[in-house]
Amino acid sequence: MIDEMTPTSNADERQATRHLHFTDNFVDRHIGPREEEVNLMLEKIGYASLHNLIEDIVPADIRLNRSLNLGKSQTEYEIFEALRKIASQNEVYRCFIGMGYHNSITPPVIQRNILENPGWYTQYTPYQAEIAQGRLEALLNFQTMVIDLTGLPIANASLLDESTAAAEAMGMCLAAQKANARRLFFVSETCHPQTISVLQTRADPLGIELLIGDHRDATLGPAPILGALVQYPASDGVVYDYTDFAQRVHDANGLLVVAADVLSLTLLMPPGEFGADIAIGSTQRFGVPMGYGGPYAAYFATKEEFKRKTPGRIVGVSEDSEGRFALRLALQTREQHIRREKATSNICTAQVLLAVMASMYAVYHGPKGLRRIAERVHLLTCVLREGLKRLGYSAGDTPYFDTLRVNLNSVNIKDLLSAARAKQINFRVFDCTHVGISLDEATSLRDVRNLLEVFALGKNLRFEVEDLIGIHSTNVPIKLQDSQHIPKPLQRKSSYLTHRVFNTYHSETEMLRYIQKLQEKDLSLTTSMIPLGSCTMKLNATAEMLPVTWPEFSDLHPFAPLEQAKGYQILFKQLEAWLSEITGFPGISLQPNAGSQGEYAGLLVIRKYHQRQGEGHRDICLIPQSAHGTNPASAVMAGMQVVVIRCDDDGNIDLANLRAKTEEHRRNLAAAMITYPSTHGGFEEQIREICDIVHQHGGQVYMDGANMNAMVGLSRPKDFGSDVCHLNLHKTFCIPHGGGGPGVGPICVKAHLVRFLPTHPVVTVGGEDGIGAISAAPWGSASILPISWAYIAMMGAQGLKRATEVAIVNANYVAKSLEPHFSVLYKGEKGLVAHECIIDLRSFKKTAGVSVSDVAKRLMDYGFHAPTVSWPVPGTMMIEPTESESKAELDRFSAALISIRQEIAEIEAGTVDRSDNVLKNAPHTAKHVTQTEWAHKYSREKAAFPAPWTCERKFWPPVARINEVLGDRNLICACPPM
Amino acid sequence: MSEEQKYPEDLKYRETHEWARRESDIVIVGISDYAQEELQDVVYVELPEVGAVVEPEKEFGAIESVKAAFNLWTPVSGEIIEVNEELEDAPELINEYPYSLGWLIKIRMINPDELENLLSPNEYRALIKGERE
Repeated sequence: MIDEMTPTSNADERQATRHLHFTDNFVDRHIGPREEEVNLMLEKIGYASLHNLIEDIVPADIRLNRSLNLGKSQTEYEIFEALRKIASQNEVYRCFIGMGYHNSITPPVIQRNILENPGWYTQYTPYQAEIAQGRLEALLNFQTMVIDLTGLPIANASLLDESTAAAEAMGMCLAAQKANARRLFFVSETCHPQTISVLQTRADPLGIELLIGDHRDATLGPAPILGALVQYPASDGVVYDYTDFAQRVHDANGLLVVAADVLSLTLLMPPGEFGADIAIGSTQRFGVPMGYGGPYAAYFATKEEFKRKTPGRIVGVSEDSEGRFALRLALQTREQHIRREKATSNICTAQVLLAVMASMYAVYHGPKGLRRIAERVHLLTCVLREGLKRLGYSAGDTPYFDTLRVNLNSVNIKDLLSAARAKQINFRVFDCTHVGISLDEATSLRDVRNLLEVFALGKNLRFEVEDLIGIHSTNVPIKLQDSQHIPKPLQRKSSYLTHRVFNTYHSETEMLRYIQKLQEKDLSLTTSMIPLGSCTMKLNATAEMLPVTWPEFSDLHPFAPLEQAKGYQILFKQLEAWLSEITGFPGISLQPNAGSQGEYAGLLVIRKYHQRQGEGHRDICLIPQSAHGTNPASAVMAGMQVVVIRCDDDGNIDLANLRAKTEEHRRNLAAAMITYPSTHGGFEEQIREICDIVHQHGGQVYMDGANMNAMVGLSRPKDFGSDVCHLNLHKTFCIPHGGGGPGVGPICVKAHLVRFLPTHPVVTVGGEDGIGAISAAPWGSASILPISWAYIAMMGAQGLKRATEVAIVNANYVAKSLEPHFSVLYKGEKGLVAHECIIDLRSFKKTAGVSVSDVAKRLMDYGFHAPTVSWPVPGTMMIEPTESESKAELDRFSAALISIRQEIAEIEAGTVDRSDNVLKNAPHTAKHVTQTEWAHKYSREKAAFPAPWTCERKFWPPVARINEVLGDRNLICACPPM
Repeated sequence: MSEEQKYPEDLKYRETHEWARRESDIVIVGISDYAQEELQDVVYVELPEVGAVVEPEKEFGAIESVKAAFNLWTPVSGEIIEVNEELEDAPELINEYPYSLGWLIKIRMINPDELENLLSPNEYRALIKGERE
């Protein structure tokens, strides 16, 4: 498929050679139901053929009446060969570039049992906390680690990358300031360039003026400012003492944001101790591969007083109904899914899997191990510096940790670079007389020798590197305390990671069991289907996942010279071409590393388009009331004003209202954000008309691609009139949800918008008149893009279309199965849904005192994760089965819901108590049902084994119903003292 | 509690579910029993500072429960002379005593005529009935 995008052989030839093809077909592995099962399901839905069903669901005027030009499906075996060929064109040099990305040694026990383990990577965000205690504990460890290392009491888990975390911090400074503050934010020029660039992108639409300069002589005040950002250690390696600067920022009423290197904090005074109000940074070097830019988790820590203004998800401590320690996502009312345009941020999917890895790295090494790693890196840097000085270079005359800015004096940089190339070594080039070298955990003494040999430019080193170690004394090696390179006042004195969890699991056996213990508490796709509407929890095939940890993909630095990343470039180009064919849009940017970032980038593209048209005043963004909360939150960040469009009783956009609003705002209309198929799971017949109306009034149409799984191969966003769409590769294109991230949210645009696509300050990418950098890395979370590449390559055009069709069949089959027992909402005129269906549970509140939450918790007793609860309609459940679930699994799930409906009927009939019943007390823990006293009016068996399959395989919720109120009234976001 | 007790006769109401109790030129503001019931357990209240000036067209704060956020609108314009600081540590007072200990702010009125724009208890009861159906 890679080389032959168009089928060449004729039908006869195909027939003749068919028997010689590999017999194993990935499409049949990805799609759950067998062909005969699809037919049975169609029968139940009332259709004779798949074709007829699709014709009745997808409006004729938007249907794609040809095959996608993507070639044939490939087997897993074939795809490995193709991907190996691509991977082999990436060259992994020894990399000392730094700039926020470092080699790191992923402990194999973490690589195999977390990163490569579907028990950790297939879950969704832990909203159903009772069956997510494992990763919630890992995330609480992450927060505790961040709190301890930064010296600030509140931390979240987590943000997308260091640069967007800095931008989130700037946003929080704005939210925390009095209305009359001047919108001025200082940025130190020694911050990483990608961070400065992302801040520039973010500041402009918010009307924030950035002052970029040297923090030592910057004039702050007298007028109040929002705040200031400094890098610690600075991008060029210098460890500044920011104590005085903190005072000056505070004197100007601003908040101090410190972007701090997480490893250095084991040796350096934490930001919280020298006056930082916010600390942010990357946790990549805690055991997460560089991955050519991502994914990795960024951290965000702040003071107690700002906890309600903190962006992102925060794990909090609470109790369950039996008084047991239990964890949950706290303070959710800050977030976009509740607060919409008033949210603290648009952030949604974060980087849970990578935050879990970083926290496990800290658990495995413990405080002593981390300190030893940091000391060793620092010592190696000291050794390197001594060697460089002997060779006549000057470096490290100011305090440093792991990075040296080397003055080349009279040496020609070209000679130096060619010597480096010969030894397959990369470092940072500042200008023609200065280079930067960052050492890391993976650096050996041999690497230091190689580096010195490069700087010796072919001459013999007249010393042994080993000799450099004994520089201060003949026998004793350099010790940190002897070193002059971290001045005493900046050395860390406070303890960290003192909690038991960081001081227990240091042997591999203990670690393995700890990881397994947590994993067993979580319900993942390895247990049962996770029918979350709007989330598309489909198969994340092993064949798609394996290449992620191939060194050629995982060990590349994002700023490595492009000629070393040829494989990645091939992969990006192909993936872009395929996404382009699937959506119809000619321009793609893979940079946004989450759906929320895609929305934001897409709206900025629209904003810039209007500006270039001389229509920069256009700032109204129309958003249907049914939209996902990120839409309005993103619009506000993009400098737009949100105007809400009403939906009719069927969940469709109210056309009359749309007409009225577009007319009212015709002079200032910038965009309309439409989710298609709608968030209510229907193909609106009038989508073309909607796009036309928006265009007629000067607006651009942004399509939220959250529901693209209902469209691939059947219809293309560009063809019915939208101008921009984002895709969630972590939904439709098989990147796993990782328990709440990573995600990838590329944007796809029409030709007139290509020139505005995101750019990057270090690597040339994007449009010629681009909106700037959206993410820290030029291609965002590059190392997980092979997953989507492999999915598309293995499915081919026919397979992708088949997947969409079966996703629709599965949803309609579940709707039909549940219809006799529940009211199914928003069926189209023909009584059909798209790829998800909504069941209405509101009436049970009155008839049985049962809430939608009770049903969600009761599903846990049956071994299922609840569908999406109370969204988009309060009191309902939205079920999205996806194409990957077999008929047997769908039947099992429907049977569970129908059985729960029976349990509700018993309450309605009065045969069961309204407050003491299996629903109100769900989920039932093993401890609960085996205790000596049993005061309930129903049996223990009914409580814990309500369906036959639970006797064969029982998933025990580790905690009972969690007290939400307690956790929000008293926020505790670190491991409590033992 | 009867419907009468739920919406005391001596109060005026806004459609957005705040109540106003006049004491000479001071107005005390809180949220109705219906609003606290809809919100369920209140976990946090965000109130303006004393001295701030509020007006009916602008939100002056928010009440948060575990699953929802409720924006607050003032029934009358004026200067805030006191806020209920007890709520910081005990937001549940809003659920338990919406008309007494759960009050939110006290305003020195600028224009008493604004009280005329508010709903009577009967009108408010009718509004609630509509919303419940």
